[in-house]
Amino acid sequence: MIWQSWSDFWSMGGAAFFVWGSYGVTFALIALELVLVLRRRKQVVHRLQRLRQAMKASARRKEIHQ
Amino acid sequence: MKARQKRLILILAGVALLGGAVALVLSAFQQNLVFFHTPTEVADGKAPSGRTFRIGGMVEDGSIKRDADGITVRFSITDTAKSIPVSYKGPLPDLFKEGKGAVVQGALGPDGQFAATEVLAKHDENYMPPEAQDAIDQAHKTAATVAQ
Amino acid sequence: METGQRFSLFRYAAPQQFYPLAGRLAPWFAAAAVVFTLIGLYLGFFVAPTDAVQGEVYRVIFIHVPAAWMSMFVYLIMAFWSAVGIVFNTRLSAMMAQALAPTGAMFCFVALWTGALWGRPTWGAYWVWDARLTSQLLLLFLYFGFMALTRAIEDPRRADKAGAILALVGAINVPIIYFSVKWWNTLHQGASVSLTKAPSMATTMLMAMLVMALAAWAYTIAVVLWRVRPLILERERHTEWVGDVLETSEARA
Repeated sequence: MIWQSWSDFWSMGGAAFFVWGSYGVTFALIALELVLVLRRRKQVVHRLQRLRQAMKASARRKEIHQ
Repeated sequence: MKARQKRLILILAGVALLGGAVALVLSAFQQNLVFFHTPTEVADGKAPSGRTFRIGGMVEDGSIKRDADGITVRFSITDTAKSIPVSYKGPLPDLFKEGKGAVVQGALGPDGQFAATEVLAKHDENYMPPEAQDAIDQAHKTAATVAQ
Repeated sequence: METGQRFSLFRYAAPQQFYPLAGRLAPWFAAAAVVFTLIGLYLGFFVAPTDAVQGEVYRVIFIHVPAAWMSMFVYLIMAFWSAVGIVFNTRLSAMMAQALAPTGAMFCFVALWTGALWGRPTWGAYWVWDARLTSQLLLLFLYFGFMALTRAIEDPRRADKAGAILALVGAINVPIIYFSVKWWNTLHQGASVSLTKAPSMATTMLMAMLVMALAAWAYTIAVVLWRVRPLILERERHTEWVGDVLETSEARA
């Protein structure tokens, strides 16, 4: 076994700042990217749906006027 | 020829042309792209004079000495052919050891002493557990004694 | 549609075929990425031994190298799609290139960030201007440049073309990054893993790194597929099939 205890593991032989700073920022960026990508999909679908509703409505109005 | 093929050839020609141009530029600036000079280049007077530059090589075995002031460190940096004496005041990186790679930045004095303002450790691309390293060191030692 | 018929070999190059396929595949790649990451982290922290020279800090390698590889691969794939877009005039290729760029930039930043945190305790400096580090920084600027350029131009067809040219020109930088440690004296060490020689790493260390590289691949594929889907909807919003998609996802939303 490499580590004597959990505190030994977290201290990373004195390099905790460098090791956990690397892993922490990487996984934070991945989480951020996932949130942004999935939110963007929702936004686009909602916007396009609203656009479609508006177009349908104006098409109906035109029909009535004719 | 179809338009599609024309576009393909255009791209290939463009990339090839650009690659050639970049290769020419890079080889023209070869000297400036080099991060450090070897001790042999410095001894041959090929290092830039009048400005600070870097020397890279191995810290010579048994060469690290501390002055009486306790701050100045003296050591030699070598590429096994030539070696340059270096003096330095300041903190050294953890991996700075005799027999290991190092890059020093500073200026060459008229006495041939290199006054370093920065010392960086250069490590290699080998990664192994301490036991494996010990085994290799042991093998080197045995080989050396056999050779004698 | 006529073009769809003509390129029957590239059936999925048609956006309306690719859209549902991407939606079906992405979760599988995401699941693979999670599994590989867990295995990779376990191997990296609990199986791979301490390094003889660097101690524990070398464990940064398990994200540093996969991220650096990914940042270069993604740019090459971007350049590939850009070339396909210019030559064949396919609509999907430019969208793929634009969906790839942010993830490539993310990995490029991660490579630089982890490299800085690794450099300080080993070399003694967060940053040096050697050929490897400088060319990798240039790659990050190329990603940012590509993203800014394609977003700044209003007309999508002109934006695609401008982006494609930048992607192709910038691709020259990738071999420069890769070979910089051979061509010039650099502070950065040479490659531990390459096609031309046996890897200079203990087997368990190497395994951890390769599994993390697989995780990075799977993650990239999943996130790019997720990013390209809304891009397709926006670009194709005037077509009938997008109308159908919007009707059905309305029920779900």
